[in-house]
Amino acid sequence: MYDFEIQKPGSIADAVSAMSGDDAQALGGGQTLIPTLKQRLASPSTLVSLAGLSEMVGICKDDAGRLCIGGATTHAAVAADGSYAGLSGLASHIGDPAVRNRGTIGGSLANNDPSACYPAAALGSGATIVTNAREIAADDYFLGMFETALNEGEIITEVKFPIPEKSNYQKFVQPASRFALVGVFVAKYADGVRVAVTGASESGVHRWTAAEEALNANFSADAIAGLDAPSGDGMINDLHGSGDYRAHLVKVMTGRAVAAAS
Amino acid sequence: MPKDGGIGASSKRREDLRFLTGKGKYTDDMNIHGQAYAYFIRSDVAHGTINSIDTSAAEAMPGVEKVFTATDFEGVGGVPCGWQVTDRFGEAMQEPKHPVLAEGKVRHVGDPIAVVVADSLAEARDAAEAVEIDITELEPVLNMKDALKDGATKVHDDLTSNLCYDWGFVEENRDAVDAAIKGAHHVTTLELKNNRLVANPMEPRVAVADYDDSTQEHTLYTTSQNPHVIRLLMGAFVLGIPEHKLRVVAPDVGGGFGAKIYHYAEEAFCTFAAKAVGRPVKWTSSRSEAFMSDAHGRDHVTKIELAMDENGKFLALRTDTHANMGAYLSTFAPSIPTWLHGTLMAGNYTTPLIYVNVKAVFTNTVPVDAYRGAGRPEATFQLERVVDKAAREMGIDPVELRRRNFITEFPYATPVAVEYDTGDYHATMDKLLEMSDHAGFEARAAESKANGKLRGFGIAHYIEACGIAPSNLVGQLGARAGLYESATVRVNATGSISVMTGSHSHGQGHETSFAQVVADMIGIDEQQIDIVHGDTSKTPMGMGTYGSRSIAVGGSAMVRATEKIINKAKKIAAHLMEASEGDIELKDGAFTVAGTDKSVAWGDVTLAAYVPHNYPLEDMEPGLEETAFYDPANFTYPSGAYGCEVEVDPETGKVTVLGFSAADDFGNIINPMIVEGQVHGGLAQGIGQALVENCAYDENGQLLSGSYMDYTMPRADDLPMFNVDHSSITPCTHNPLGVKGCGEAGAIGSPPALVNAVVDALQRAGHDVTHIDMPLTPDRVWSAMNS
Repeated sequence: MYDFEIQKPGSIADAVSAMSGDDAQALGGGQTLIPTLKQRLASPSTLVSLAGLSEMVGICKDDAGRLCIGGATTHAAVAADGSYAGLSGLASHIGDPAVRNRGTIGGSLANNDPSACYPAAALGSGATIVTNAREIAADDYFLGMFETALNEGEIITEVKFPIPEKSNYQKFVQPASRFALVGVFVAKYADGVRVAVTGASESGVHRWTAAEEALNANFSADAIAGLDAPSGDGMINDLHGSGDYRAHLVKVMTGRAVAAAS
Repeated sequence: MPKDGGIGASSKRREDLRFLTGKGKYTDDMNIHGQAYAYFIRSDVAHGTINSIDTSAAEAMPGVEKVFTATDFEGVGGVPCGWQVTDRFGEAMQEPKHPVLAEGKVRHVGDPIAVVVADSLAEARDAAEAVEIDITELEPVLNMKDALKDGATKVHDDLTSNLCYDWGFVEENRDAVDAAIKGAHHVTTLELKNNRLVANPMEPRVAVADYDDSTQEHTLYTTSQNPHVIRLLMGAFVLGIPEHKLRVVAPDVGGGFGAKIYHYAEEAFCTFAAKAVGRPVKWTSSRSEAFMSDAHGRDHVTKIELAMDENGKFLALRTDTHANMGAYLSTFAPSIPTWLHGTLMAGNYTTPLIYVNVKAVFTNTVPVDAYRGAGRPEATFQLERVVDKAAREMGIDPVELRRRNFITEFPYATPVAVEYDTGDYHATMDKLLEMSDHAGFEARAAESKANGKLRGFGIAHYIEACGIAPSNLVGQLGARAGLYESATVRVNATGSISVMTGSHSHGQGHETSFAQVVADMIGIDEQQIDIVHGDTSKTPMGMGTYGSRSIAVGGSAMVRATEKIINKAKKIAAHLMEASEGDIELKDGAFTVAGTDKSVAWGDVTLAAYVPHNYPLEDMEPGLEETAFYDPANFTYPSGAYGCEVEVDPETGKVTVLGFSAADDFGNIINPMIVEGQVHGGLAQGIGQALVENCAYDENGQLLSGSYMDYTMPRADDLPMFNVDHSSITPCTHNPLGVKGCGEAGAIGSPPALVNAVVDALQRAGHDVTHIDMPLTPDRVWSAMNS
């Protein structure tokens, strides 16, 4: 780890101000950033800790019935909430207890690891990513592996999830890291079904629109069984699975998520 | 002795009190006043020429004591290899120099190039980034068969090729085996890989070295399975330090699995540097360094052919193996694919003709050496896989085919140079079938099918050679060491005992089980006895712990020394009771005169030995301390039947291990609980190899699985509840305890059982799959089902 300054702002406004400094880096729960620093793979001059910002911690519902989760809320808190079963189920299987009790939803979405779970939930729910500056629809937020619509210094303060009629997340784990080799989040809303896939693609989290169309017509595992798996082109091909295998798993996990959706 | 103590009792592991309460003293707990820290700069390319190293900027940085490179080690020996294999043409193997720090070339990712020694680790690491190293990358040598082609890039320019040796065994059988295969009713052929593994002990390697210039004495604390071997290799071959000026201490060691047998460059470096900079030097491996500097295991590519008559009787066996040595020869590397592998190819079977060919190959990868089982898992895997395939091809039940070929008469001289003293393979097979409810399998398979899953059952029957080894024999085979073991039994005046053993415990529980043996022999409480190990200044010269040798060889030495103690104590007792020595009996810690009620307690005799007021001083020295060195007459031959039951998810290819049964014959058992724990650990590692573990390189020689993000260790939820039995006992005939050893069995027998089970599951479902290379990841199983 290289030397760095740490700042612990007391408000979002102070945090935004601190983030304007040269080489400042936001620190959420630190579950990705701290190991990266320890390996000397990053050298920010200032870490701006968001974990202590009380106005960014907590879960409530807004007038539209959306579940609103503060950006510094831990996975464990989301797992325990339960008012959005598919989302709580997903959060309860992220990493291990240490990760779940330190890692935050804002940190995960800002990092946008292509194998992380939360991006699938946000995209699959059509969530709104709220920052200190604006609101961003999930469909506009995820731009590729580790890439998002966030600007330099922009902080995720809250994420708003419309609660679906039915939902489920199925994760087939990469055996070593236990991140998602393929994870599929399915959510059925009154105005349509959304299917979001993480872990599989070289482009990061994405929607499987063919499955959404099939499920809009018939929300059942049979509807998925009748589909061709997506193409393996553009899927991640590594030690743990070929692109074709991941593509196949997308179909299998989607079917299972639909079958398990509640 | 009641069996709440002594031989056969499941005495609780006394060492666990300190291990489980954080009071163990590991090498990293050793901190010497004024110590400096070493940071190794390692190659990030697989193969390259070092053009220049500029340390000047680094040496000017804060806290830096010195930056070392190969030039500092001119006049110092290379890291030695402890075994010379002779090839099938009678020539010695090719043996490259293994410098402490890279000389002119780097040969694998992780090869140490330079070392910064500084006041703190952070300063050393900062300065390391200021060392300028210019390397021209060379084509990496990775594929073993390509490496042997004419004109292939060479890992070592001064060798004639990348071939370390071409070994044939038994060479005289080569033509006869060929003829038998050509004339056989049926030949089953299988090509397979034994995947490369990283040992991953929980405790990474550490070295702390100190030098006292007033006495010219070096002390090295190191994470070793055999401190005396390190003292000999490093003292005599690398640094030229005589034994009496070099103390090597391996305190509590958190797992070895083979990877801590070898003498490593970091140990020599710290010892050398402590003298050079005039202060203690400490190095602690990071986990990332461990992946690229601890010796790896396995990595064989094999073609095996099994010839049979029309009844499935094995007529001949031929194997052709390429064994990866990595970039340099680790301490025992040449012996693993040869004498610890070829000699086990008979397995449990009466195959009369066997020929084993092994080509050992240098590549630009981390050196490969013994890992739990060492050669024997590789032998067992290929044999038990080909036997299973043969059963399917011949239409004979796999259990029945094995039974038809089992050795039933002992001693049995195999055609591959070893003689099994005892065994009862039908008994272990019977036990396994009972334990695993083999008869109920079809019903369980039907249940799985109803749930959309594919169930399979696989068997393996293994043999291994433990109790390594008769010194004169291994000397003939190329070992540059003896393989006896030693013990000193020091009885104190009040009767308590310290046993100094040359064995080393790094998780095996010797402090408990060894004490049980001595307690049993004398008839005193185990708590009267302490086992001392791991310090060359305290223990007699011993060869350490590996190859499941500790109880069979180290335990035997301890028995011999204790027998000497008892003999002398009887003489003292006879004197005290004014009786004839021949009439003295020792039972339950008391000496009695046979047929009388005259008795003296153990403590009275030990006190007399040290306070010899009433003592036969004219005939005997006072004191009660004896040493024995035990050189075994033969290897020991544990064997066992392993059964694995799996379920395969046909949609994802994921294998779930539902049950694993192990029926072992370890000979006599000292502590059943510890034996069971050893088998559990071995099974976890064997299942790990078969199911999840894979050390992989990319085409540039970069380690793809260089951290736990990509190298999968087996976890509790990958493993079933184990069903373990060791009630089939055919005692070893040639050591005093009748013991065989149990440390590696689990890792040897389990991989073929698991792969056989998965192949069984797929074939039952109609898939034409005869083999899948380990690890059987979901991707590989799914691909095999859908290819």
